Amino acid sequence: MKTKGNFMGIPGPAWLGVALVAAALLVLPYVAGMAGTAWVRILNFAILYVFLALGLNIVVGFAGLLDLGYIAFYAVGAYLYALLASPHFDIHWPFWAILPLGAALACVFGVLLGAPTLKLRGDYLAIVTLGFGEIIRIFLNNLNAPINVTNGAQGITLIDPLSVGEFKFSTTSTLFGLTITGPQKYYYFLVVVAVLVVILNLRLQNSRIGRAWEAIREDETAARAIGINTRNVKLLAFAMGASFGGIAGGMFSAMQGFVSPESFSLLESIMVLSMVVLGGMGHIPGVILGAVLLTFLPEVLRYGVEPAQRFLFGRSVIDPESLRMLIFGLALVLVMRFRPAGLWPSRLRKRELTTEVTP
Amino acid sequence: MDILLQQLINGVTLGAVYALVALGYTMVYGIIGLINFAHGEVVMIGAMVAFTVITSLAAHTQLPPLLILLIGLVVAAPTCMLLGYGLERLAYRPLRHAPRLTPLITAIGMSIVLQNVAMIIWGRNYINFPQMIDKTSYHIGNALITNVQVAILFLSALTMVGLMWLVYRTKLGTAMRATAQDQMVAGLMGVNINRVIAAAFVIGSALAALAGLMVGTYYEIAHYQMGFMLGLKAFTAAVLGGIGNLAGAMAGGLLLGIIEALGAGYIGDLTGGFLGSHYQDIFAFFVLITVLVFRPSGLLGERVGERA
Amino acid sequence: MQFSMKGITLGVAATIALFGCGKKEEPQQAAPAPAPQTAAPAPAAKPEMVVRIGHVAPLTGPIAHLGKDNENGARLAIEDANAQKIEIDGKIIKFELMGEDDQADPKVGTVVAQKLVDAKVAGVVGHLNSGTTIPASKIYADAGIPQISPSATNPKYTQQGFKTAFRVMANDVQQGSVDGTFLVKELGAKKIAIIDDRTAYGQGLADEVEKAAKAAGAEIVAREFTNDKATDFKAILTKIKSKRPDAIFHGGMDATGGPMLKQMKELGIKAKFMTGDGGCTPEIVKLAGDASEGIYCTQAGLPVDKLPNGQKFVEDFTKKYGQIQIYAPYSYDAAMVLIDSMKRANSADPAKYLPEVGKTSYNGVTGKIEFDEKGDVKNGAITVFTIKGGKLETVAVHGGSAPVAAAAPAAEPQKEEAKK
Repeated sequence: MKTKGNFMGIPGPAWLGVALVAAALLVLPYVAGMAGTAWVRILNFAILYVFLALGLNIVVGFAGLLDLGYIAFYAVGAYLYALLASPHFDIHWPFWAILPLGAALACVFGVLLGAPTLKLRGDYLAIVTLGFGEIIRIFLNNLNAPINVTNGAQGITLIDPLSVGEFKFSTTSTLFGLTITGPQKYYYFLVVVAVLVVILNLRLQNSRIGRAWEAIREDETAARAIGINTRNVKLLAFAMGASFGGIAGGMFSAMQGFVSPESFSLLESIMVLSMVVLGGMGHIPGVILGAVLLTFLPEVLRYGVEPAQRFLFGRSVIDPESLRMLIFGLALVLVMRFRPAGLWPSRLRKRELTTEVTP
Repeated sequence: MDILLQQLINGVTLGAVYALVALGYTMVYGIIGLINFAHGEVVMIGAMVAFTVITSLAAHTQLPPLLILLIGLVVAAPTCMLLGYGLERLAYRPLRHAPRLTPLITAIGMSIVLQNVAMIIWGRNYINFPQMIDKTSYHIGNALITNVQVAILFLSALTMVGLMWLVYRTKLGTAMRATAQDQMVAGLMGVNINRVIAAAFVIGSALAALAGLMVGTYYEIAHYQMGFMLGLKAFTAAVLGGIGNLAGAMAGGLLLGIIEALGAGYIGDLTGGFLGSHYQDIFAFFVLITVLVFRPSGLLGERVGERA
Repeated sequence: MQFSMKGITLGVAATIALFGCGKKEEPQQAAPAPAPQTAAPAPAAKPEMVVRIGHVAPLTGPIAHLGKDNENGARLAIEDANAQKIEIDGKIIKFELMGEDDQADPKVGTVVAQKLVDAKVAGVVGHLNSGTTIPASKIYADAGIPQISPSATNPKYTQQGFKTAFRVMANDVQQGSVDGTFLVKELGAKKIAIIDDRTAYGQGLADEVEKAAKAAGAEIVAREFTNDKATDFKAILTKIKSKRPDAIFHGGMDATGGPMLKQMKELGIKAKFMTGDGGCTPEIVKLAGDASEGIYCTQAGLPVDKLPNGQKFVEDFTKKYGQIQIYAPYSYDAAMVLIDSMKRANSADPAKYLPEVGKTSYNGVTGKIEFDEKGDVKNGAITVFTIKGGKLETVAVHGGSAPVAAAAPAAEPQKEEAKK
């Protein structure tokens, strides 16, 4: 099943394609809305995960540094937004001020994590980042005493939604005779940011820095030998990856109106990593595919497992909830088994894989 | 002083369990460089199978409790070994030449699968692990140690000695070490790579079954999600000691157990209550990070070459 | 093979999604298509109407057992209501439960809430955790759908100002103050150690207990923490032992309370032990064995087996689903309150019957249920239990408007030595 076509992953001057994609993105929330607003919400989460996956892709896919605590940056962004736009401290800043701030703070945390771990490689790095992620979560969970900063496990409620003047993103309103629900508004906002993020990523990959990351990923010693400042370039990868997480976190806060530490568990880090690897590490379209697919799969199964069982056996044999996660796990295993480089790997990656001899 | 001694006893017992599980991680990692995230789930399956065997035997027969425990182990160990073999054969072996992260995702997938299978079989509820041994406490000064704790310490020590013997004194062990150093060359020297790797999984899984039984007997509770945190801690222990190194896994496990106990017991008072036992898990990671910053390949890990 | 299976699943899912979208267009009042045979044997001209009630709780993950328990509670309520052939607006109502899994994940919580809103459920029982209940409550509020949580104890849930948010469970403040006072006044504890599991529930409850105990004049000699997945408590218990407290309070669930009690016994700690509703279950007896003997715990509401309909509930539930975990009775009551409000409003339309929910005065299986203006259960009774011979026994009932209160002789708690 190896497609030889070169339509995948080639940016090309295919303006027609771009226009088609744009049109599709434009009408998507209405199509999804017909099946139920829940699908629009799922779509929004899918886009959030696209941000996260692209951010992590910089660290893991481009620079080849295994990060298992990525969700910490998401948490930093989310909590910053929550603290600066909620009754908790009675501060209500506008989102356009907080989101960049969240990105910057996450960036700082990225460097903080990166600096002491520069010497570490592979799996040692993995466990340290995992620890870092847990440390952030545990602090968020416990910083309600002696001074109440995060309100502990109870979380922060009543976070302001995105709003521009009187225009609130959380409510339904009518624009030019068109009804647009809260989730749909968020969708358009997210899509705009997502397009920017994707363009930024594409540019980054083909830039000097992008190539430096690639060089480090392939052979760090050689990279240093040809004059790449590996320390700075690695730190940059952590910082840039983290800042995407920070932005995504801020938007998560605004969309949910509530944050609590349980949203930032290790499992989330693992999910984002699975998206990157499953889609095709280092390949931007692949990573996007991975994020969208893994967000939708459990939800599709939620709607599908019970009826499918009834269809096959005439009754509910196994509790649909256990089966749903079971199928999800199996899907991960099977995709990796049959497409080890991911569903949509870059051509370079595929070539490496077929010619690789050493284990 | 009594308190310190008690905390040490607590920590060492916990550490012995970590060490046993960490050995499974480290053996697999040492040989094929894979973090087998599903290993914690193998421990869980071990505990669950032992639970089923023990409860049904205890209900329907009059066998002495110790014999029942032994039968539980005798059934659980092969089940886990089979599971470990199956994992390697079906999920990991086809991916041996795949990119490094691919088997990691497979391992995560298997972990989800095993958890949900266990949930379907054993249900969602916490399971009360039958108490086969009457717990008695012995005094050491004013500190208390139970017979179960003594048994755990003794059994883990025995297992570790056995494992050391296996790895350093037998032909299989030599083959394992050779494979760990260089798979291709070992293969050329006539080592059956597939068999060696499968053996690592099988032995690790047998240890996991033992650990599962121990955890069940010690805490008298089992749950289909019990493996995840335990696996994570054990993996941390393995890295702390230097992953791929057997002695390192043991040292790391014991150290982690002691750090946790002492951390929960003392740091709160030392920091004036600011860092209390709610930061228990942080101490472990903090020590880990500190160790790795100064010794990037763990306490006992060998210096890894540039192409690790 | 596996792939074809997946293909089928996806295919079916797609059709379902399309089908669901088609169905959504129909006005909800119209008799539903999917039950033509059931309509046939009732030619008595009484049309049937399906009313869906949503239920959300984690059915996968670490507290899936509690989630299933909640769902079963609501399911039993639906079955009981259907057996009564309730008539609303001239139609026989057939209630249907839409049980959903939120995985205790706030993000999934909102998606599921939206799914229920899309499906036009008439009301929602849930969610289980405060962490999912709070973000979801906004979605229900926007849609005007009444939501009654059987178990979310975070006070903030009802403080957000949503008219649709109710709970039939006492919040942390109500329960914590009873627990804290009881420890000091009834058990005579002067030095108290408090443990919590760092969940929203455990932390909230433990904080309130600490406040109440201090107010009653006790000294908090240790405040220790664990997590809800922990099994080893020896380190913190050893530390607590060194402080020689008279009593230990645990803010957490039975799954941690059980092993904790056993380890206390192993370490020779003789202090009295008390816990909140999360540990006030038959399950803790199972998990802790002898070590649970003589502990104290509280439940919101009146003792289930002291109420006439409570007895029946326990029997029916155990027969159908086995042991009650914790919140099933509350979940049952939450569903019944929704149904009762629909009856009084003579409508299953959320907009019409929502005002009636606030005016509820319902004799449930956990006691009399009335709501205050925020949606909290009014003057909720808190019952203190002790465990004797492996059974929960009522010690005292605090607050509560019900006249049936503590018929059981308030066992002399002072002499009740936690014998170890």
